[in-house]
Amino acid sequence: MAIKIEARNINFFYGAHQALFDNDLQIAEKMITAVIGPSGCGKSTHLRIYNRIFELYREQRVEGELLIDGQNILSPNVDVLELRRKVGMIFQRPTPFPMSVFDNVAYPLKLHFKLSKNETAERVEQALRGASIWDEVKDKLKSSGLALSGGQQQRLCIARAIAAEPEVLLMDEPTSAIDPVATLKIEELMEELKKKFTVMIVTHNMQQAARISDFTAFFFEGKIIEFGETQQIFTNPRNPKTEEYITGRFG
Amino acid sequence: MTKTRSILPRKLKDLAIRLFSGAAVMIAVGMMLWIIFTVVHYGYKAMSVSFFTNPSRPYGIANGGIANALLGTVFITLGAAIIAVPPAICAGIYLSEYKDHKKLVNILRFSANVMMGLPSVLVGLFTYIIIVIPSGNFSGFSASIALGIIMFPVIMRTTEDMLAMVPYALRESALALGMTRTRTTLRIVCLSAKKGLITGVLLSLSRVSGETAPLLFTAMFADSWPFDFFSSPTANMPVLITEYATNSPFAAMHQAGWGAALVVTALVLIVNLSTRIIFREKKHGH
Repeated sequence: MAIKIEARNINFFYGAHQALFDNDLQIAEKMITAVIGPSGCGKSTHLRIYNRIFELYREQRVEGELLIDGQNILSPNVDVLELRRKVGMIFQRPTPFPMSVFDNVAYPLKLHFKLSKNETAERVEQALRGASIWDEVKDKLKSSGLALSGGQQQRLCIARAIAAEPEVLLMDEPTSAIDPVATLKIEELMEELKKKFTVMIVTHNMQQAARISDFTAFFFEGKIIEFGETQQIFTNPRNPKTEEYITGRFG
Repeated sequence: MTKTRSILPRKLKDLAIRLFSGAAVMIAVGMMLWIIFTVVHYGYKAMSVSFFTNPSRPYGIANGGIANALLGTVFITLGAAIIAVPPAICAGIYLSEYKDHKKLVNILRFSANVMMGLPSVLVGLFTYIIIVIPSGNFSGFSASIALGIIMFPVIMRTTEDMLAMVPYALRESALALGMTRTRTTLRIVCLSAKKGLITGVLLSLSRVSGETAPLLFTAMFADSWPFDFFSSPTANMPVLITEYATNSPFAAMHQAGWGAALVVTALVLIVNLSTRIIFREKKHGH
């Protein structure tokens, strides 16, 4: 099993407030790593370092090293546009662009690749198939992405993200704004996604983490309390804090 | 068992408030209808084909129309839009999207608010001093500048407000795909807010197209066609209405003034209604 990403000694600050403390984490390639923990424990904050999206906000600051394929992506020499092509992200609420289903997926293609019209159309179909939504939208590629249901919108966003041919997919509570049936579809889809991508998912839902992930990291108050194989974390946690959380005694 | 309070006073209070707000709405709507009725009542008799095709004529000469003033107002307003809309939208984008420079943004926003509160007659005087006097003549163009100055802060603030309504997650997901900040702003955020932006521009256009005071200092008026837009006094609707209503002894001119008022009212209504239709489409589109 190869290590795709390695976080070393990550500290994170919102202005003067420190939100993450000495996070060390190793993310296995083409596996699903779940990040769990109570609200405000820093799990989303941690995820948002991996594509440096936090840099949109001036007061947010990170220290430490984050190695993807051995390269420290926090170094100022790393081109953040290229980084974000390699590291895609799915957000809590679906965020289709205000354009057609087709154009939503074609946008990152046109942004990053030189493709003919036919090639673009092929890749759009591939990406939509890859996100298990092709059958539902193939007859309405020209209608607005905003007209789809919440679950479909989220899978459209997944299609848009994988169209850029990323290596890593970050998912920040991707099903928390979506109904149970649509959630199940996305969970099934994640099984497929991990064949091609290294997936990290932040989730509030412990059953979800237990169902779909290979590894689980438990965050508490900005620290990684425990990290290991999901099986072990949920059946035989080493840290009493982890056990309290997964048995529902707090959080 | 705990003694319950009487329900009646609460119900009465509810009824009173409902009646009061209902009456307030009636008054507001009634006023608008009254104004429209008056304008139509006095203005409709002026309507004829020649009223829309003939230019205005000097005092006492028959068969004057408003065609030159209508065209002049279109030129002046379009000119104002060309001058004010692009920089105002850029400024609105700056206020909304570049929050890093908080102090500067606050100063800009404050001065925009001050500018919005300026009496338009002051803007007219200002333009008179910086454009009309140095150039030596009244012109439609100077009127465009005056109206542009009035439009600028309005469009800047509506742009800021419309962009602020775009969820942050949309910006983040555009950036997360590897877009630059500029592309995210122009292609995704502005596209999302497109209808709101257009609405802001149209409403400010319909607002300034009826401004009168600044035009008295800049466009003035002329009975000629407005083709010497940059160098001569230019016919326009608001000044035509003012002149005909206040400065003329002739009944025919009073009549034409009401007619012009009716046309302006109709145009403003059309712009407002079409703006509403754009908004309605937006709701259906989702």
